Amino acid sequence: MQQETARSGTIEMTYREAVREAIREAIKRDERVFLMGEDVGHYGGCYAVSKGLLAEFGPERIRDTPLSESGFTGAGIGAAMAGLRPIVEVMTVNFSLLALDQILNTAATVRHMSGNQFGAPVVIRMATGAGRQLAAQHSHSLEGWYAHIPGIKVLAPATLEDARGMLWTALQDPDPVLIFENVMLYNMTGKLAADAGAVDIDKAVVRRPGRDISLITYGGSLWKTLEAAATLAGENIEAEVIDLRSLRPLDDATIMASVAKTRRAVIIDEGWRSGSLAAEIGMRIVEQAFYELDAPIARVCSEEVPIPYPRHLENAAIPQADKIVAAAKAALGRE
Amino acid sequence: MAEFRMPSLGADMEAGTLVEWLVKPGAKVKRGDIVAVVETQKGAIEIETFETGEVEKLLVDLDTKVPVGTPLALIRTEAEGKPAAVPAPEKPSPPAAPAVTAAEPAPPTVPVPPAAAVPPPPAPARPMAAPVAEGRVLASPAARRLAGERGLDLSTVAGTGPAGAITYADVERGLAEAEPAVPAAPVAPPEPSEKPPPEKKRVPTLNLEAMRVAIAAAMARSKREIPHYYLEHQVDVTACERWLSETNASRPPDSRLLMGALAIKAVALAARRFPAFNGFYRDNKFEPAPAVHVGVAIAIRGGGLAAPALHDADKMPLDELMSRMRDLIQRTRAGRIRGSEMADPTITVSSLGERGVEVLYGIIYPPQVAIVGMGKAVVRPWVVDGAIGPRSVVTLTLSSDHRVSDGHAGALFLAEIGKLLQEPDKL
Repeated sequence: MQQETARSGTIEMTYREAVREAIREAIKRDERVFLMGEDVGHYGGCYAVSKGLLAEFGPERIRDTPLSESGFTGAGIGAAMAGLRPIVEVMTVNFSLLALDQILNTAATVRHMSGNQFGAPVVIRMATGAGRQLAAQHSHSLEGWYAHIPGIKVLAPATLEDARGMLWTALQDPDPVLIFENVMLYNMTGKLAADAGAVDIDKAVVRRPGRDISLITYGGSLWKTLEAAATLAGENIEAEVIDLRSLRPLDDATIMASVAKTRRAVIIDEGWRSGSLAAEIGMRIVEQAFYELDAPIARVCSEEVPIPYPRHLENAAIPQADKIVAAAKAALGRE
Repeated sequence: MAEFRMPSLGADMEAGTLVEWLVKPGAKVKRGDIVAVVETQKGAIEIETFETGEVEKLLVDLDTKVPVGTPLALIRTEAEGKPAAVPAPEKPSPPAAPAVTAAEPAPPTVPVPPAAAVPPPPAPARPMAAPVAEGRVLASPAARRLAGERGLDLSTVAGTGPAGAITYADVERGLAEAEPAVPAAPVAPPEPSEKPPPEKKRVPTLNLEAMRVAIAAAMARSKREIPHYYLEHQVDVTACERWLSETNASRPPDSRLLMGALAIKAVALAARRFPAFNGFYRDNKFEPAPAVHVGVAIAIRGGGLAAPALHDADKMPLDELMSRMRDLIQRTRAGRIRGSEMADPTITVSSLGERGVEVLYGIIYPPQVAIVGMGKAVVRPWVVDGAIGPRSVVTLTLSSDHRVSDGHAGALFLAEIGKLLQEPDKL
């Protein structure tokens, strides 16, 4: 790995490699940790995240599973309840619906149902989002649904630092943590500190400060939002960009502090608009910061259609920088 | 029991300060009687009652600022007769809006520079139950809170936010503009004709700076919302001038007729025939008015402007119209306009008179849909019956709301006014 090239300073790597490094570190640091899922071993993972890990750690720690999300997710939850620290990889969030019963009815509730005798310290990773022309059964963004469920934490790493650092912290949590990796981020390249390690998993972060409007987003939409903020800056609009990082719990304090400063908010969420996480955030702003508001809260979400296969339609269906720019300007009463 | 409420004296009014009661409990009133004086940005306005009966109870103290719609007094109507043994239940429903005592800074013993003047005390936020329909100002929550804290009337602020809503920055700007006006309202000279003022009576004053702010808000709203179109028409008024000089020759100066009265009458008659220019545009639709109340633009010394109504101008004989117009101008300049006069105009006429210019294009006073402008009469070479001769010519203009009417109808309306002015004896 490139790691040897720079002991100190930074290393250039992809988001995919950052996730892989996080898994490697966890497996090395804690003997209870193992990775399981469809094609994670011999194939190296459907997004090649775990490529090379089977050779490095062997089939005990890198476990290929049958094609049954309900079965292997349940097995991972059981292993966690029994004392191990499994990392369960589900290919995409669309497929995770087959395991929804295990996640919601078992993992999220077992501590409550057992009177605090059991917990399920499992980490479930999965890919989410559109943009790779995988059509309507592989491209949706359903993390907002999971953010609805009490009993679990839902994370959305958007940067190399978070891809590298969230997993270890998640594994320390006594309850289930779901990590959503946007499919468009795996190939993203960037510089990461050579000594990058664990990061917190409960705070939102201001990725770009600004005074005129808060653009609240997460995951793959972060980069489109930052692009929109740069465009807005050219029109003398200083947008503040908030990366939520954690979708459950939401870091209300950071959101409200920003809105209290800018008095305006646009929420960018690749989920469908109706009943979305964006709706939840907007409502919280109304509940907690109503008197700070200077404009209607706006949302840029996916169109309410199954994500289309053709590239131009797929792009048109999900949030893009130009839509974010337009929504921000509308909130500012510009054009 | 009828409630006498704080009226809305224009679409942009949210609240008014009760400055004078002209009746006491027990007084008999009849419909149209003036019972109170309310101070607004447009000056002190006399408020009439719509009920006939006996004043049962005054509900609001002097110098109290209350939102539009707040009951000010209870009036026992004739039908109800004398109070029964069991008192009528106090009506609980419309929220007794929290009374906000008007900012009345005590006279400072040491002269204080205006900049150090104490800002008005924070006013509680307006209750949400206040009437929503009429004249609801579009403002963001942050703007409303700031305006409430600093006692700024949102109707005086022009909005720049989405859909023209007033934003926080707009209120800040409004506060910066309004600040100098707060400490010292100009005091009008006492009016000699007034009866000796009763206790606590406030001499009505015209706060010209507040009036300017109100004009700014109304005009900015008009230009923002109303797609104006403009037409111009030159009218030979030689016949009017001749008729006026003949009619006035035998009259004492105070009962002479003026050209302005002829113009108002002509506009009123034309407006009756062309209803698309007479009424209000509200809630995205035009409501033609059943009567013609012509707003007369009256300039106020020092820079103010008001356009109170001459009610039923189309039905009034010219002499009555003239004397009502004189009375209206006098009272407006003294700061005593009646509430109905402020709220009722269905169309406005603006004439700059003999000292003005030849053409003026008005800005429509919302929610009205038309304003007729009249320049001064000038003698021009004019062709009459094939020969050129000197004639007095006036340029009439029409500014009208294109959401309601089109240029073709506007042209017919303007031409009709011109035609009516050819036969002044029939006006």
